[in-house]
Amino acid sequence: MSDIAVRVEGLSKQYRIGARQRNHGTLRDHLMSNLKSLWGRNGHSPLSRNAGAMASTEQVGASETIWAVRDVSFEVKEGEVLGIIGRNGAGKSTLLKILSRITEPTHGRIEISGRVSALLEVGTGFHSELTGRENVYLNGTILGMKRAEIARKFDEIVAFAGVEQFIDTPVKRYSSGMHLRLAFAVAAHLEPDILIVDEVLAVGDAAFQKKCLGKMKSVAEEGRTIFFVSHNMPAVTRLCKRVICLDEGKLCQDGISHQVVKAYLHSGLGVMSSREWLDPDKAPGGEVARLRAVRVRTETSESSERIDIRKPVGLEMEYEVLRGGYKLMPSTVLYNEEGVRIFDCVEHDPAWRGRVRPPGRYRTTAWIPGNFLAEGTMFLSVALETLDPVIMQFYERQIVAFQVIDSYEGDSARGDFAGELKGAVRPLLNWSTVFNPEGIQTSR
Amino acid sequence: MESHAGSSARSLLFNQNPGESSRNLPRRKLIIENRSGLFDMDWSALWEYREVLYILAWRDIKVRYKQTAIGVSWVLLQPLIMILIFTVIFGRWAKVPSDGVWYPVFALTALLPWAYFSQAIIRSGESVVGNTNLVNKIYFPRLLLPLSTIVTPLVDLALSMVLLFGLLMYAGIPFTWKVSTLPGFIFLAMLTAMGLSLFTSAMNVKYRDVRHAIPFVIQIWMFVSPVVYPVSLVPENWRLLYGLNPMAGVIEGFRWALLGRTAPDPVVMAGSVVVLFVVLIAGMVYFRRVERQFADII
Repeated sequence: MSDIAVRVEGLSKQYRIGARQRNHGTLRDHLMSNLKSLWGRNGHSPLSRNAGAMASTEQVGASETIWAVRDVSFEVKEGEVLGIIGRNGAGKSTLLKILSRITEPTHGRIEISGRVSALLEVGTGFHSELTGRENVYLNGTILGMKRAEIARKFDEIVAFAGVEQFIDTPVKRYSSGMHLRLAFAVAAHLEPDILIVDEVLAVGDAAFQKKCLGKMKSVAEEGRTIFFVSHNMPAVTRLCKRVICLDEGKLCQDGISHQVVKAYLHSGLGVMSSREWLDPDKAPGGEVARLRAVRVRTETSESSERIDIRKPVGLEMEYEVLRGGYKLMPSTVLYNEEGVRIFDCVEHDPAWRGRVRPPGRYRTTAWIPGNFLAEGTMFLSVALETLDPVIMQFYERQIVAFQVIDSYEGDSARGDFAGELKGAVRPLLNWSTVFNPEGIQTSR
Repeated sequence: MESHAGSSARSLLFNQNPGESSRNLPRRKLIIENRSGLFDMDWSALWEYREVLYILAWRDIKVRYKQTAIGVSWVLLQPLIMILIFTVIFGRWAKVPSDGVWYPVFALTALLPWAYFSQAIIRSGESVVGNTNLVNKIYFPRLLLPLSTIVTPLVDLALSMVLLFGLLMYAGIPFTWKVSTLPGFIFLAMLTAMGLSLFTSAMNVKYRDVRHAIPFVIQIWMFVSPVVYPVSLVPENWRLLYGLNPMAGVIEGFRWALLGRTAPDPVVMAGSVVVLFVVLIAGMVYFRRVERQFADII
């Protein structure tokens, strides 16, 4: 079983940004960059800004080129589930596109043994004019299934999607949920040896994402090789034993998943314990309110990555209300590193209950008491909704992270036990132990 | 019992069927690297993905006449109106010779292969760009995209052939053994369309100018092909040059096979076939070269 399924050797992919810009730029971008060049060379064109985030840039002749992937080598054993992480533009998607043969590498080579299926999107090739039945065949064939194979699994696929009644209706009349379910059902019936999945889980509601993750896990358990790219760190650590991390197109970490994820989070490449948006135009949100900062704090320090399990933790969000007159509902969601949702929590400050808020800057902090969370990495999502009707203003998922460190001094919930404790929370409960040599009386 | 239920629930996804699973087949080693050879076409992949070709063509046929009132009748209506106009203008008023054949039949025998060709070329230009979502998200031999657009108009051709045969019978033109050569000429038309669409489909990815140029070029091309007039009208010393148009050979072949009057001009035929293969091979090389960047520049 320890055969090599995929061997990547010295893989590199170069893009010419000039060429990309010409083809991707909108008219507006062109006008803007032309205008800026009128004022001189200090104006940043939209692409050079992207390039900064994408990878190292260099000048080759007249046109600028970037290495989206640079000299990446690794091996994946059969049945291994490999997570690929890195910030936006680190080269993850390019690597997947090369692996799935959508684009060719500039240098290097990959050896793959087995049938490959790439799911870079759910429902690739769906045609809205065609019926559900027709789309199952269309999508299935494009994903690499044979017609006989689809025919055999057809009923199973339809039942899985739960769209039996509508199977002969054009998918343009489907709700987006039905559309997604049918598309996913087709993908779920593939039988690849090697599966490549890219952020498929970024679409759909929480229930759908959960279903996807559950399926991925069961595929992994069947011993198939999986490449999984995601920004969802808890999902990555839960699914993958091994993770590689890309930075500026290069492979910077390769190892056991929770170690790589931890290193990634601490390196400043990933999620930190605080985030601030200095430029209000780029801050999450819209016309009503924008998120300006999220911090994890303690009673004594403004921002802290390492939290003593015995001490309270403050989950703090700062936001600016731009248009007043709304009742607001800030909320937080906390996940642990296994992707378990520890709690959802909505602001509960009697002073603001039912009151509309004038424009201005707000800071909302939720205090988690000490001796409540378990140890490990926690991920915080924050959201702000306006009420009547409920409209989401922003929802930033897993935007900051922090470590909860247990004390081994006997005064936390672990007592004097030094081994591994499980569970999503670790409350210090009121214990009492009574000794009575004559037997314990049932009535206290 | 419980573990059994658990495993059957799990096998819902990526259902392992021993008879079918590719795991039992000998594993083909797949090498991904920068392939820059001129004729580096992966022929086995084309065969392996043949069902994708089928499904793409099927999709286009299926979608084409959705939400239309008269549906497939369009296939017959278009050539009917065209030959009506041709007959009046070229046959009656301009008195264009038709090698002694009734003009509507003379025009229709040429119009059908021509309509096939122009349809194929016009569609081919959009074949890659119109499937951007596929090109960006999934692998299959890109060659299947232009290939599918030269296959789909064959359905229209087959349907309108019924019209042509009806008209031939009405005109009292007998069928001879030559009709059996017709598939050969249809094949030549397909190869011509293929050669050209390799260029148009790939070029349109890089330069969207192509989509504006195609209808215009096709219009001119019709008049340098013997659609509304016979080749005999072309001066003898121009024939070789004229034959460089592969569609001239195809149309000549159609007329010979169906009307049986004049044998195809050998100079025109030879020229057509040579040009045809040159275009086809050059098209392969060009397509292969641009194909590698499709996902990057589309």
